[in-house]
Amino acid sequence: MIGLYRPGTSPLHRAPPGLKLLLLAAGALLLVALRSPVAVGTACLVVAGGYLLAGLGPREAMHQVWPLRWVVLLLVPFQWWTGGWPAAIVVVGTLLALVAAAGLVTLTTRMTALLDLLERLLQPLQRFGLQPERASLLLALTIRAVPVLVATLSDVRDARRARGLERSPKALLVPVVLRTMRHADRLGEALVARGVDD
Amino acid sequence: MIELDGVTHRYGERVVLQDLTLQLPERRVGVIGCNGSGKSTFARLLNGLVLPTHGRVVVAGHDTRRDGAAVRRRVGFVFTDPDAQIVMPTVAEDVAFSLRRLGLSPADRDRRVLEALARFGLAGYADQPAHLLSGGQKQLLALAAVLVTEPEVLVCDEPTTLLDLRNTERVAALLADLPQQVVLVTHHLDLLEGFDRVLVVDEGRVAHDGTPGSAVPFYRGLSRRSVADGGLP
Repeated sequence: MIGLYRPGTSPLHRAPPGLKLLLLAAGALLLVALRSPVAVGTACLVVAGGYLLAGLGPREAMHQVWPLRWVVLLLVPFQWWTGGWPAAIVVVGTLLALVAAAGLVTLTTRMTALLDLLERLLQPLQRFGLQPERASLLLALTIRAVPVLVATLSDVRDARRARGLERSPKALLVPVVLRTMRHADRLGEALVARGVDD
Repeated sequence: MIELDGVTHRYGERVVLQDLTLQLPERRVGVIGCNGSGKSTFARLLNGLVLPTHGRVVVAGHDTRRDGAAVRRRVGFVFTDPDAQIVMPTVAEDVAFSLRRLGLSPADRDRRVLEALARFGLAGYADQPAHLLSGGQKQLLALAAVLVTEPEVLVCDEPTTLLDLRNTERVAALLADLPQQVVLVTHHLDLLEGFDRVLVVDEGRVAHDGTPGSAVPFYRGLSRRSVADGGLP
């Protein structure tokens, strides 16, 4: 989700995010309930059609499922051994179809639209003390923290190498923790300055 | 109008600002001083990020202690490190985040975001991940995200410290054109050209208060004396 959104004007881009998430959830439930190779094949075709409809190529779809390659490599022989080829196709196909479909939702939906939706969905929980804006902000900050942490780690690794301390875990952990805490402090201050607390 | 009345601020036992009484009606106010002199605390006092230990700060009639939210609606704040103030994953979403509390319709919100991005030369980056922008672009984004809410006052705490010369000049040109009152804390003395008033802060006090023409030479002299005396640079 870190900048995964691909701008566009396709029907999928224009569809309400709530509808997309609902279809995703319904598709997942249906696939799990049916557990048939035909259903999985149909789901894969529908998802592929979705990518084409959104103007996104097969490369983009492959990019979504590529991180699962090792899981797939382990799952296929295991499922084949325990349940035969149909089981392997159903389990792995379901996993790939759903991850690709979830990717399609994030590729065609702005983060702000998802946060707006999350806030609306959480409104009923306000009576139990939950603040929907806080919950959506927490999600946004979590996503935003990933590249910040990656950059911090990279900087600290470089600094550690420059000082000849490649093998020292302390020289990695201490600066990363301190810099992350300092970043959290600054971010908190920036949020207050932007009126989040008001 | 910004007013400080008998303002003292302490971090624990350490006095950072001491008995400041000032009125700042000028459109362009610069604040300079050595590291640790109290400049950043001074800036943070102006939108209620820091509350004075003694005395009071009033912006457009609103006391920062009693009415912090009203002050922050009027005073935008830009920090040194843009990475610490970018909240959302993409450029347009970060600018839109500032508008969430205004209760605008999504169409109005999108229109204002696009206008702000165009104004700061970021229109082509609307859907780009914010963390992939250059340092200069990130600071422009931070400025856009603050100014999209149209504050009356903009306080900038060393906004060009992490930028190269080209981006520093770009930010300086943008600041110069703003209709808002600007309070700029900076180490880039060139940025103060054309400012109405410059405060030199030293050891928590305003050591000099005048035009850039008098304040900059005063500050240079202060720094030279500090180095000659063996003080920390």
